[in-house]
Amino acid sequence: MSTSEAATRPLGAVARPGRRARSRPATPVIVGAVIVGLLALAALLAPLIAPYDPNEVDFLHTSESPSWSHLMGTDDAGRDVFSRSLYGLRLDLAIVLFVTYVPLPIGVLLGSIAGSFGRGVDSVMARVADVMLAFPFFVLVIAIIAITGPGLKGVLIGVPIAGWALYFRLARSEMLVLREQPFMLATTGLGYSRTRAILRHAVPNLWRTALIYSTLDMVVNLLLLASLGYLGLGAQPPDAELGSIIAGGQPYLLSAWWIATLPGLLLVAYGVGVGLIGDGLSDGRLRSASA
Amino acid sequence: MTRYVLNRVALGLVVLVGLAIATFLIIHLVPGDPVRQALGAQAGPEQIEQVRDQLGLNDPLPAQFWQYFSNSATGQFGDSFVQNTPVGDLVGDRIAPTALLIGYGLLVAFLIGVPLAILAALKPNSAVDHAARLVATFSFAMPLFWLGLVLALLFGLELDIFPVSGYETGVGGILKTLTLPAVTIGLALTVIVLRTLRSGLLEVMQSDYIDAARARGLSERRIVAKHAMRNAVMPTLTIMAIQVGFLISSAVVIEQVFQIPGLGSLLVESVERRDYEVVQTLVLLAGATVVFVNIAADILQAALDPRVRLAGR
Repeated sequence: MSTSEAATRPLGAVARPGRRARSRPATPVIVGAVIVGLLALAALLAPLIAPYDPNEVDFLHTSESPSWSHLMGTDDAGRDVFSRSLYGLRLDLAIVLFVTYVPLPIGVLLGSIAGSFGRGVDSVMARVADVMLAFPFFVLVIAIIAITGPGLKGVLIGVPIAGWALYFRLARSEMLVLREQPFMLATTGLGYSRTRAILRHAVPNLWRTALIYSTLDMVVNLLLLASLGYLGLGAQPPDAELGSIIAGGQPYLLSAWWIATLPGLLLVAYGVGVGLIGDGLSDGRLRSASA
Repeated sequence: MTRYVLNRVALGLVVLVGLAIATFLIIHLVPGDPVRQALGAQAGPEQIEQVRDQLGLNDPLPAQFWQYFSNSATGQFGDSFVQNTPVGDLVGDRIAPTALLIGYGLLVAFLIGVPLAILAALKPNSAVDHAARLVATFSFAMPLFWLGLVLALLFGLELDIFPVSGYETGVGGILKTLTLPAVTIGLALTVIVLRTLRSGLLEVMQSDYIDAARARGLSERRIVAKHAMRNAVMPTLTIMAIQVGFLISSAVVIEQVFQIPGLGSLLVESVERRDYEVVQTLVLLAGATVVFVNIAADILQAALDPRVRLAGR
């Protein structure tokens, strides 16, 4: 961690925690971490903590308003909205983990290769990434779902196809700086192969920014997945998924407002938690990189 | 200036061709058969083959690409084989509500975002500044369709000010039916306007030429409005151009929430009907819009700021 490295860091990258940050994280970071941790735990333990079976219909207790026995009320078929939301969050987070962390290493690797070679290879790969980033992401994923048919298969294929480009861009811009560093120049001097120089010496220095950025990317992907579920293009019934639960509640907005509104709070809470962590760690710089 | 514009347009055309190739490859290489999907399970293999032949899907890939590319370039998007209607007509009928929704949303974002950004930048760490930051954190986390539903519940159902679904033409009809959807999109965008304009203004207000303007005795109002804004608005312009993709994506979801018959709902309907030719056209249209807006933003920036257009000379 030399000072010259900090000075040459590309714009939008995140400062690594120095001595000051290590001593005690700021309050928003702790609050954010607690929120995200609780939600992740609730999703993981959904089968243990959900008070009801998410798909169990109960026609004696349809559209009941929130109470202690049904924290988020029941829907038009008498299913417990809270239990469904927990299972929905579980499914959403599992998918989001996949679609965020599959493209990440691909993007980082391609980015470090592009940055390392420079010139022709670099400009071709960078243009391809630019094209992927120029697409409205959501529309692109919907196009892929048009081919695979509605369901999670299209999401699992579609999001990684477009998702690598972000990590490519992050890794590439860092690599352009990194390759001029003395220790990277030394790998050439020592006669290391380019493969070894990239995998053993460059990538360990590149993945950290990508990992930090991926927490924000997870929020974006979570909202994307819920939006697809809302449109009926994501998870298919009877699977409980937050977006589709909300869509199912929309016709009853006037008579049973809780079905469509309360499950959304889980999404909001998750995003706010991550936002607080990001804000605290980078004082807002991280978020502007995603904008 | 002419040279700069030509340069930008040429670069944009390259990206457009790239977009066309990418759309084509994605639609043709992702596993799955749109014809089989469209015809359903009852269709026999001969019937599927027949439709595939008719659509040219059995031709070699390069030939298919050339067909698709030359047709798209001349604006012939073919007929939708599910609906037997020219794709161009289907798209043309739906374009107005989407364009109005996006324009109205942008207007809302600027009307709320610009004054708030000025207030927050002139008094950093004031109540307005903190409130703006809090709103930003929440808006980043909120799914747009959910925000739309909550607004529909509050202003549509409880207070009964606006209808919660449908679309009417004419100024009155647009104000009535598009206000809630536009506010939903606008609120999400407001945050971006606010953040970028605030940080832009903060930076500019510390520069020497602002001090010079103060020394000349100009009023603070004139300094902000005429001197600071001109420079501070640049990053906002760039970011807003990047956000076009987000705007298009939001329109897709919001049109569904409020049942607006625009391009977004056409896209979702077409996916449900497995009408892949319409989907292909809409994806290309969305990509092309992003490219065009970015070129326009670059040119606008060059027109406003001589440093941009003279760079690299």
